[in-house]
Amino acid sequence: MFFLVIKRILLGLITLFIVSLITFVGVEVLPGDACTTYLERQAFGAALEACYERLGLNLPAYERYISWAIGVLQGDFGYSLSGEMKINDVLGPKVKNSMVLASASILIGIPVALLLGIITALWRDKLPDIIISTVTIFSMTIPEFISATLLILIVAIWLEWLPGIVIVPSEASISELLPNIILPVIAISMIMTAHMARMVRSSVIQVMASDYVQMAILKGVPYWKMVFKHVLPNALLPAINVVALTIAWLLGGVVVTEVVFNYPGLGRLVIESISNRDLPVVQALAIILASIYVSINLIADLMTLMLNPRLKSLQIKK
Amino acid sequence: MKTSVQQINNLTIGFQSQKGQQISILKNINTTINKGETVGIVGESGSGKSTLALAMMGYVKHGLFTISGECMFHSNNLLEMNNKELENIRGRKIAMIPQNAGQSLTPNLKIGYQIDEALKLHTDLKKTDRDNKISELLNKVRLPSPETMAQRYPHELSGGQQQRVAVAMALAGSPELLLLDEPTTGLDVTTQAHVLELLNLIAKDTGTSMVYVSHDLGAIAQVSDRVIVMYSGEIVLDGPVRSILKNPIHPYTFGLLKSIPKLTLPGLPNSMSGSQPQPGSIKEGCSFYDRCEFADKNCKINSPELEYINDLNTHVRCFRHKELINQNELNSQTVKSIENKILKNEILDLSNVSISYAKQKFIEQLINKIEDKNPTVKDIDININKGETLALVGESGSGKSTILKSIAGLLKTKDGIIKFEKDKELSSDLRKRDPKFLRAIQLIFQNPDESLNPNHTVEEIVAQPLKLYFGLKGHELKEKIINVLDKVRLGKFYLTRYPRQLSGGEKQRVAVARAFAAKPDIILCDEVTSALDVSVQAAVLNLLQELKEDFGTTYIFVSHDLAVVRAISDRVAVLYQGRLCEIGPSKNVYKFPSHPYTEVLLGAVLEPDPDIKPKLVAEDIVEEKPPENGCSFQGRCPRILGDICKNEVPPWQSTENGNSIRCHIKIDDLKNQQTLN
Amino acid sequence: MKNKKEKQKNTFQKILEVIKTMASKPSGLIGLTILIFHVILAITSPLYVPYDYKAIDPSLMLNPPSSEFWFGTDSLGRDVFTRTILGGRTALTVTFFGSLIALLWGGSLGIFCGLVGGKIDDVVMRIIDAFLSIPWILAMLLIVSLLGTTTLVLIPALGFFYGKGIVRVARAATHDVIAKDFIVSARARGHSNISIIWNEILPNVRDAIMVEGAMRWSWMLLGFSSLSFLGFGVSPPTPDWGLMISNARGLMSFAYWAVLAPIVGLSSLIIGINLTADAFAKALGIDRSTKAPV
Repeated sequence: MFFLVIKRILLGLITLFIVSLITFVGVEVLPGDACTTYLERQAFGAALEACYERLGLNLPAYERYISWAIGVLQGDFGYSLSGEMKINDVLGPKVKNSMVLASASILIGIPVALLLGIITALWRDKLPDIIISTVTIFSMTIPEFISATLLILIVAIWLEWLPGIVIVPSEASISELLPNIILPVIAISMIMTAHMARMVRSSVIQVMASDYVQMAILKGVPYWKMVFKHVLPNALLPAINVVALTIAWLLGGVVVTEVVFNYPGLGRLVIESISNRDLPVVQALAIILASIYVSINLIADLMTLMLNPRLKSLQIKK
Repeated sequence: MKTSVQQINNLTIGFQSQKGQQISILKNINTTINKGETVGIVGESGSGKSTLALAMMGYVKHGLFTISGECMFHSNNLLEMNNKELENIRGRKIAMIPQNAGQSLTPNLKIGYQIDEALKLHTDLKKTDRDNKISELLNKVRLPSPETMAQRYPHELSGGQQQRVAVAMALAGSPELLLLDEPTTGLDVTTQAHVLELLNLIAKDTGTSMVYVSHDLGAIAQVSDRVIVMYSGEIVLDGPVRSILKNPIHPYTFGLLKSIPKLTLPGLPNSMSGSQPQPGSIKEGCSFYDRCEFADKNCKINSPELEYINDLNTHVRCFRHKELINQNELNSQTVKSIENKILKNEILDLSNVSISYAKQKFIEQLINKIEDKNPTVKDIDININKGETLALVGESGSGKSTILKSIAGLLKTKDGIIKFEKDKELSSDLRKRDPKFLRAIQLIFQNPDESLNPNHTVEEIVAQPLKLYFGLKGHELKEKIINVLDKVRLGKFYLTRYPRQLSGGEKQRVAVARAFAAKPDIILCDEVTSALDVSVQAAVLNLLQELKEDFGTTYIFVSHDLAVVRAISDRVAVLYQGRLCEIGPSKNVYKFPSHPYTEVLLGAVLEPDPDIKPKLVAEDIVEEKPPENGCSFQGRCPRILGDICKNEVPPWQSTENGNSIRCHIKIDDLKNQQTLN
Repeated sequence: MKNKKEKQKNTFQKILEVIKTMASKPSGLIGLTILIFHVILAITSPLYVPYDYKAIDPSLMLNPPSSEFWFGTDSLGRDVFTRTILGGRTALTVTFFGSLIALLWGGSLGIFCGLVGGKIDDVVMRIIDAFLSIPWILAMLLIVSLLGTTTLVLIPALGFFYGKGIVRVARAATHDVIAKDFIVSARARGHSNISIIWNEILPNVRDAIMVEGAMRWSWMLLGFSSLSFLGFGVSPPTPDWGLMISNARGLMSFAYWAVLAPIVGLSSLIIGINLTADAFAKALGIDRSTKAPV
């Protein structure tokens, strides 16, 4: 058990290492570098040399990678090109804002998805299932930017219930953010919730058809007790990992949705830094987003390990 | 007048086909289960026996529905009750013991909790009383150390133990009626015998009525007072166990009993042609018409009703049952005894073969050596002569299939040499093996569903060896395929069929055809009949024997079924935990003196005869790993001598019958002890 | 020769059968109809569009829908109807070929990994995992911004990114198959690896991979239109739904039609593909709802 946990953590770290290599190599291999982009037409001769010197780009690639990696390990992502600001200062508040958005979506999305998934499975092929399943198919296919745009058009412009565009600075406190994030949260969680609900539905249906559930029924276990004791623990265990993957997918949606709502989070930063070829910022973003992905999956793995009786008993034996 | 527990009246259950037709799985079932009685329901797969058992609990599977009829439990119709009412009956009045206990115990809940749940629902006991009751129940089903057992999860138990837990759970509510759905199928021979004995004891102890559903007439014979035989969703025969099994007056039962290989009757059993019809395919006439030896025109047009025969106290569904009443053929059964032309020249020689499943460590990989002091299979010395049928027998984990895989080159040996035709050594690495040896040795697998590619037609399947080994093409190839299929009695129209369109027996014939298409010298048969129904099994065994006689092929036949092995083999090797225990001519292995393990196995065989009871000599708990030193059977041996068995590998001894036994006990002592019992 | 023709006929019949099963349920029928409608529209629309899609006319700015301009005009005075029925062509082409590429490389690598197993498999899967953990949008934006937004960049880039998931599916399907006895039997007979892949494995994993490819198509369309929306997809003035939505969004309080028309176009296509993929999976007996969109 202990070794399994250590192994999963190590695998996560290896993944992050490969991510850092991929982004570093990717940026190296693709044509153009920070200086040619930054200096544009003046990118020749002494000016270019000076720029290389200043950014340390004249050093061999592996040395730059090592010094960059050491910086990252200490929590220092270096300087951004455009503003020549410390990346940490640029990122900090935006990461926080995006996290607020993402966590709100997850906190609302997961319970709703569980509820819908379980309802549709228990009332399989009956009216509640047909209605909810149809709605989930639609909501999981519509891209975030469309649902976001429609939400703004309907709720903010036509009905005038909520603000359509977020007009708060990056440093705003959570309470200032709150009324503004309602629409973005709905837009983000729609796809994720629909996917998870479908997943939970099929997992529950699978367990309901198992021999042990049939046995529980034949034992005379009352319906709801059977659902909670015999069905759900076994149906939701394999769902944990898939939910984690869905959450990771949500990170992409956050970027797009933030742009639509003009939300002061990572989304706009991604677009800006890529448009400006601010490669150090892009690298930092890649590592941060990848670590979020890896940690979510790691948590899911560990949860499955803890809850699975097969693995629990390994612990007892050792 | 006996009091009835359950009465089933005109029950018909079916489903809606895609074309909107109603198709019945159970047709017009009428029967009564009396108090204290054990009723065996026997039938092959698809006969509707499990659907009937579930209906007796008021449970109809998703997709099926009751077309007509009722299941009366005392005076209430179970099929019309709501969930609330059913919850009060299920587990308390009627309890179920499922086929696969491993899958029927909820994986996330401890054994103790699952039994406690039943107790909480169906008794008024307090917490401490319930705890005592759990221990009592686990004790009753003879599980060791009940307190720790209750703390375990289902996956931590062996198959036999899981089955016992299921029995304990069913007994928790002290039900009036106990339904058992194939409770011993999938268990090892010895475990099966033990579980059956336990069930018999419980029936006697509690006076509970039991319904025992099984495809295995041997198991049915051991437990039932009355037997119901089902075919194609109908009851065809219903009467006292002795009358049914000793004087079956329905042609199906008659044929079925004749097709079961028996220890007491060496030789190949008679086979029944065809297979059970698909639900909905019979439009008129008797559903057994196509396979019946006694059928006439009347049987084709009219369907017989269930008729009561007073003398025998039996219900039968057959127009011509009278002709069967005095058929004594069952006892003087005409079996085809096998006579193989065994040549003197050796075709395969295994010397000192050991096989290990242990993973190679990195360094061992470099020097290509496996370091495992206690390999799964060890010290196997067997030579096989051309034309012979050698059987490898043992329970699960005995290493019999492992040895087969090694001969086929699918598993590397750790030590030892496998030689083909005396002097040609077979490389244990498939890729290094000469293609002509690959052709010479062909495999037939247990489950034809898995061994035939579901996306290939029969033609493509049989074509593969022909193309690979003989490079046949076009017209020549097709002709050869038709020729080979003809040998296994499959007509031309099978060419374009896919495996899913064939019955189990037909699929296995295709697999046999594929093996013979390679013109092999040796065919390795891995449990080739265990996935088949009894009536089909006999047909496949007969086919294999005929083909062998035609082509002079050598068979190595792996099976757990001693009766099947007895029927088809010349020589038997008995294995336990990957070590040989005994080897010799099959007619002698089945006689005493024999190795204590062989004795245990033979004792556990269930004959389809209520008057032959199994003898339980040893415990049925199989070790997870073979012992590191001494005799492989030391853990369970009922005749263990002492330390010598634990420390020293037993020597080979020859008996006067010509078989060899690997045991520390002197042959004469063995003989005396065994004949005494 | 005869054999081959027979086989082709068989395959054709099988495809027909699958389509029939798909169309037998309302959701599949709707999906297929929408998809076929969009494909026909994409192929034939240039023949009958009423206006020039790039004709700018400031005097016609933001006209509401009328008999002259069915869906109104946009902020540059271009006909929204014209642009909407042309707006799916690039998206459909890019994502179709993109999914094809994803299918091919993902499928082959997946089968290969599943078959060889061991160390090679471990290493490849670790790298795939790493790629999965970089959010697709970041990676795609980076590639597109550095290499440009031409179709020749977009198709392989999308194909690469959406193929990662197919690797996993193909690998898992292969794993399930190679444990089966018919593969063991083929190995014991001495068939070569290539023959085993081609004859034994491929027919059994094909369905799963194709269903996965169909799913990827709808997700890729979602991703592609998000890119266009962010300004990294099709370059103006080529009409594209994502881009149209993005451009008309700022003025939607005055001119909702300019946003709604492309929204309807894009949503209906994605729903069409998704329903079709769903029906396809069901017709082949594969449950697709257990997988996460990675």
